[in-house]
Amino acid sequence: MRSGSNLEKVLEDGRFAVTAEIGPPRSADPEPIRKHARDMKGSADAFNLTDNQTAIVRLSSIASGVVCLQEGIEPVIQMTCRDRNRIAMQSDVLGASALGIRNVLCISGDHQVFGNQKEAKNVYDVDPVQQLMMFRKMRDEAQVWGGDKLEEAPKLFLGAAANPFADPFEYRVRRLSKKINAGADFVQTQAIYDMDRFERWMAQARELGLHEKAHIIAGVMPLRSHKAAMYMKNKVSGMIVPDAVVDRLRTAADPKAEGVKLCVEQIEHLMSIEGVHGVHIMAVAWEEIVPRIVRDAGLLPRPSVREAIVHPYHS
Amino acid sequence: MIIAEQKGIEELIGILEGHKDILVVGCRSCVAICLAGGEKEVGVLSEALRLHSDMRSKGWNISEVTLERACEKEWAYELDQLVEGKDCVISLACGVGAQVIQELFPDVRVVPGLNTSNMGAPEEQGVYNEKCGGCGDCVLHLTGGICPIARCAKSLLNGPCGGSQEGKCEIDPEVPCAWDQIYHSLEKLGRLELMDVPIPPKDWGPSRSGGPRKMVRSEAILTDEQNRMKGGKR
Ligand code: SF4
Ligand code: SF4
Repeated sequence: MRSGSNLEKVLEDGRFAVTAEIGPPRSADPEPIRKHARDMKGSADAFNLTDNQTAIVRLSSIASGVVCLQEGIEPVIQMTCRDRNRIAMQSDVLGASALGIRNVLCISGDHQVFGNQKEAKNVYDVDPVQQLMMFRKMRDEAQVWGGDKLEEAPKLFLGAAANPFADPFEYRVRRLSKKINAGADFVQTQAIYDMDRFERWMAQARELGLHEKAHIIAGVMPLRSHKAAMYMKNKVSGMIVPDAVVDRLRTAADPKAEGVKLCVEQIEHLMSIEGVHGVHIMAVAWEEIVPRIVRDAGLLPRPSVREAIVHPYHS
Repeated sequence: MIIAEQKGIEELIGILEGHKDILVVGCRSCVAICLAGGEKEVGVLSEALRLHSDMRSKGWNISEVTLERACEKEWAYELDQLVEGKDCVISLACGVGAQVIQELFPDVRVVPGLNTSNMGAPEEQGVYNEKCGGCGDCVLHLTGGICPIARCAKSLLNGPCGGSQEGKCEIDPEVPCAWDQIYHSLEKLGRLELMDVPIPPKDWGPSRSGGPRKMVRSEAILTDEQNRMKGGKR
């Protein structure tokens, strides 16, 4: 075990993993995270805390992760290359590990033009491949970048993001290969609506044996209306939403129920694809729907491979 | 070359508040090519300032000159007589030229008439693209001759981010994705395998992050004797 995290255990046990996303609030109040944690507890193996997603200032991912630990659910903290240089990244990962956080997802981060701090200076001292190299060195060699010794190595289960819907398509899998070689233990993909393209991408990943080198967790995003689908299609960078999906929600008598049904079908499909080791549910601003989706997909109960969580915050 | 554009006239008028004898200085090098601070632009700005002065009874005395290359002391010294009696120089040279002029003439206030933007190249007349971020440790041989530092919005070194779609950067559908371009350039060069080579964290020491950079080429430094031979010019 690299980190001993619940997510790592589920995946290493060969169980189909479920992760879900929690968007930290634009607030100093941790209560929304506590509420999501209580609502979703037991329906996923670990929960991603986004890091100032779309470059909008929010409660920090590490602090949100600690709130999750206090609520007895396991966090995956996301860490962008946009906001931290290598000093801050390594320091934060030591801090996160010290606080009991094990899963870290390394990402480049949405450019600041999308958010509410458009005048910011971005950092990009390292990119996500380099971030993974650094964190792996810290964990496996107990050294910071440059070689100085760490008295205690951080315990980390390292994640990378992959987007099968970005271009150039024929390079996307090789880019993922770079991330896995750099240290990614697990991979979470962009939300999938175009199954054909995802299947072609997975086939390429299997050809390179990537599905055996890292755990690929496929992303889904339930949609509550055709408007949400249109928004994803037109406004969110790096997404492909086929017209059939938009039409299905538009013509549905009960769009929300249809959205759930669609998402469950997607999960069932993804489970049948060789090399997909889990599903990541991003119910943005619709977190409360996650337990139902997981249940309808037949993924309950979640395996209890983890000993009772013991950490300083558990009340 | 250096790419720059003129400050708005309103801002410039604000900066000139309290000045009277003003010299507008242009440069025939980069900023002339990008139509920001060459002889023509110096003339147009000077005329506009004179007009404003007449209309608002500012009493400005505006004179104008365009240097061959404002960033070289040898050329900038040509201002020696012209700055005499002036209380302000508006530099239509780039930020480098403006500083060289200020250094040479510490008693006159030099104000920037341009916003200096980047190291780039004209794409076509009137269109200029940033090309180099001056990182001090060039990687163009690995990236198909396209700079990932200056051309990628995130200065990524290991391939395109998840926002790259149909050749465009996530920040703007008008902006090409540098990594998409790098990929296709390497493809044409038959060197696509370079896309698989991991580039470790970059040493930003030779970049601006390491502090202001000074380059000394010892073999080029003139001896006292040579300086004497060169004569008058400083
Ligand atoms: S790699 Fe560095 S030196 Fe080379 S073009 Fe880019 S910024 Fe300039
Ligand atoms: S889309 Fe391309 S150019 Fe834009 S940030 Fe991503 S990799 Fe860089």
